[in-house]
Amino acid sequence: MNFETTIGLEVHVELKTKSKIFSPSPVQYGAEPNENTNVIDWGYPGTLPTINRQVIANGITAALALHAEIEKHPHFDRKNYFYPDNPKGYQVTENDRPAATNGWIEVQTDQGPKKIGIAELHVEEDAGKNTHGKRYSYVDLNRQGTPLIEIVSKAEMNSPQEAYDYLEGLRERIQFTGISDVRMEEGSMRVDCNISIHPIGSSTLGQKIELKNLNSFNYVRKALAYEEERQAQVIRSGGTIGAETRRFDELTGKTYLMRVKEGKDDYRYFPEPDLPSLSISDEWISELQEQLPEMPESRRARYVKDFGLTDYDAMVLTQTKEMSDFFDRMMELQADPKMASNYLQGDVNAYLNDQQTVLERTKITPEALASMIKMISDQTISTKMAKKVFKAITNGEDPAVYVKEHGLVQLSDPDQLQPIIDQVLADNPQSIVDFHNGKDRAVGFLVGQIMKQTHGKANPQIVNKLLMQALNK
Amino acid sequence: MNYFEHDLESLHQELVSGRLTAEALTRQTLDKIKQDDQQVQAYLALNEEALATAKELDQTGIDPDSIWSGIPIAIKDNLVTTELPTTAASKMLTNFTSVYEATVVEKLKQAGAIIIGKTNLDEFAMGSSTEKSAFQTTHNPWKLTTAPGGSSGGSAATVAAGDVLASLGSDTGGSIRQPAAFTGVVGLKPTYGRVSRWGLIAFGSSFDQVGPLTRSVKDNAYLLNVIAGADEHDATSSQTEVPDYTAQLEQGVSGMRIAVSKEYLRSGVQPEVKQAVQNAIATYQKLGATVDEVDLPNAKYGIMAYYVLASAEASSNLERFDGIRYGFRAENAQDLDDVYVKTRSEGFGDEVKRRIMLGTFSLSSGSFDKYYKKAAQIRTMITDDFQRVFEKYDVLMGATAPTTAFPLNHESQDPTQMYLNDSFTIPVNLAGLPAMSIPAGFSEGLPIGMQLVGKPFDEATLYQAAYAFEQNTDFQQATPQLGGQE
Repeated sequence: MNFETTIGLEVHVELKTKSKIFSPSPVQYGAEPNENTNVIDWGYPGTLPTINRQVIANGITAALALHAEIEKHPHFDRKNYFYPDNPKGYQVTENDRPAATNGWIEVQTDQGPKKIGIAELHVEEDAGKNTHGKRYSYVDLNRQGTPLIEIVSKAEMNSPQEAYDYLEGLRERIQFTGISDVRMEEGSMRVDCNISIHPIGSSTLGQKIELKNLNSFNYVRKALAYEEERQAQVIRSGGTIGAETRRFDELTGKTYLMRVKEGKDDYRYFPEPDLPSLSISDEWISELQEQLPEMPESRRARYVKDFGLTDYDAMVLTQTKEMSDFFDRMMELQADPKMASNYLQGDVNAYLNDQQTVLERTKITPEALASMIKMISDQTISTKMAKKVFKAITNGEDPAVYVKEHGLVQLSDPDQLQPIIDQVLADNPQSIVDFHNGKDRAVGFLVGQIMKQTHGKANPQIVNKLLMQALNK
Repeated sequence: MNYFEHDLESLHQELVSGRLTAEALTRQTLDKIKQDDQQVQAYLALNEEALATAKELDQTGIDPDSIWSGIPIAIKDNLVTTELPTTAASKMLTNFTSVYEATVVEKLKQAGAIIIGKTNLDEFAMGSSTEKSAFQTTHNPWKLTTAPGGSSGGSAATVAAGDVLASLGSDTGGSIRQPAAFTGVVGLKPTYGRVSRWGLIAFGSSFDQVGPLTRSVKDNAYLLNVIAGADEHDATSSQTEVPDYTAQLEQGVSGMRIAVSKEYLRSGVQPEVKQAVQNAIATYQKLGATVDEVDLPNAKYGIMAYYVLASAEASSNLERFDGIRYGFRAENAQDLDDVYVKTRSEGFGDEVKRRIMLGTFSLSSGSFDKYYKKAAQIRTMITDDFQRVFEKYDVLMGATAPTTAFPLNHESQDPTQMYLNDSFTIPVNLAGLPAMSIPAGFSEGLPIGMQLVGKPFDEATLYQAAYAFEQNTDFQQATPQLGGQE
């Protein structure tokens, strides 16, 4: 018996707004437990939520990037359940009238491009965090009220690889909108999977299993592949798949039963009475549409067409919005495209890998890098000197100032170089004889002498040219 | 000083002229409360710091432009305060003191009012007699064996006893107006959104409104002047402009179009209450108003819709009382579920549990469409009924409650009978309209209240109609005699 796989993904994306969705507390990482909280986040008696308009704007932006239909009158609902990290006893989310529905993204699969549907996108608040000690459990409400967008795909993926491709595509588009860092490792992107299999040809879907604890796209792919196979084996051996939530274990690469779902959870959703329905105007939507950053595929096409880069280069430069914006800014500054691309993929990426960081968290600026590349292009500095200059750039220094202060300016002026060359030739008559006798080594020796006289600043190409002219006179 | 002999304006003059200091007024007020409360038991907490606050105010000077400067005011104990505990009359919040203050309390303090104490209520404002308080029973100053009504029973009783000129209550289904009627004071439930709910411990969020209880209509208008207005902390508060509510008090009711709801004539309404409404109709006609009977065909479904919707909201609003972060936590819990079950079983009283169960049920899958959704539809129908009336009329009048104050302990057997007590007030909350209760007669020494309902945000017209009635009748002049009863 052969099977077909059906996968649907629920992706939570944490927005990087300044303050929380329903309270003025700041959204930031690394604070002391409960430092970024106030009476609203504590679920204190008598407190009320107010809507952070930026969150609503970000929801619309995400909807636009995902080609979804925007709800003109979204309304928040309460999802009721008891848990210590849920201080009000309910989560405020959008159930009945979510921010947007019916979107799609196109992903590159092995079989070519494929459109994957997005059922809905809703805006909601995150919960706090429980940690468990020996005698006590602790509740940290810093994350409580952090704005989230939940993006629910349609069940339209048919392989673990497609799920992986979808996540890549989704991450990329959201990242380019600038509303979230979408980093799995930092928890600003979280993925839950639903997967079922059914015999090929059967029109009814199999029982779906929910997968949790997936901390990278790779783990998602692995867990789905494992689950696909596990379910097939269960069915082949005459078993049935029950409604379960399973946990992926990174060490074993297997999924394990977390809990059996008995009936449907009853969250007793009802309209949040503390928040009036919103009215989203067409003007606001067009305003956000105009502000929507250029999406990666359009940037790639532009890089190939306008700057003559290869498809591969264009792809690498659009891995993140920050890298692509950086490159675009360098182009505005008239930097050489090929050199800019090479430096970003070469020295810059090496530096990011070495420092285990991302571009926007470094001191490297497009202005500095463009300035350095210009100095290379006009032969003010050599590529060898550029290594030192790049290091200075990573420390936030201005390359022009650095080059000047450290006397790195390349000696390219023939009027300055000629007397030095003449002097070296006068001091080494034997080398001239050797040259004329066909000993090429003599040239290398003479260039070395000239470089020594200029403390390495002479432009080697000009030196070579002038030297050959002098020798061949 | 005697609050029965002063209204706000005359007391303000006393303070401004220096014939009376805020400190002396506060001391006398505290003394009188302590004396009366031996019988009335209206207060859950008294503010002994009020004397120091008053003294400070005397030193900086009474503000002649703020009529509440130096005037003691009582606050219902479901409004959070930083200087006094806030319990909502629940074991769940025993000894709870808030780190922030309700907007209305902040506004009163800014106006120079002295917060004198926190008044008793039915637990979490759920009840019509104040007997559901976890801590004490408040007695009606007119007859100590009767209930002061509820849930704002403490706030009503202390004004009726002449302890203070004014207090704040909250009204979800009649909790200001019914106790005002039972104790012969003036109580207003403002339009939903007129007064900030920030700091009001939520019961039914789409119904709750904070409002003033006073001895006179004018004082009531002065209090609304202070507490009304938009609040950035409350997304449901309205941006509608706040007028001076005392401005059109004296314009009379000549030419005013008044509708009377036939509901007050239905069975179960005490004959003296019917008579009081008929007398009021006559008074208004004499003063030049036209009075017509109208029908609110769907009002009779109001109670059912209300107990579904308000309880649904309450079941969710009270989830935060879980023993984790503040308030009461049960001892000897074995695990997390045990913390929840024991804390909530021991912390909430029976009436609160009843409403939590009712609300939880009506929100459950399978029940939602049958109950919550249907009730929401009824709510819209009732709102439409009122709107039709207000296309032709300025004010709708009727009885506030079907009876005068009932004896304490009489209703404990049958909660649904108790719910009927609010059948005149509840439809108004469903529609979010402003309404007030004013004294309109007596029966066997107990006050009868008349309800006036207005258009959204038209509290000014309500005050105008109420003031005309008050000036042409003497019900407000009567005062209860504490002591010597029983």
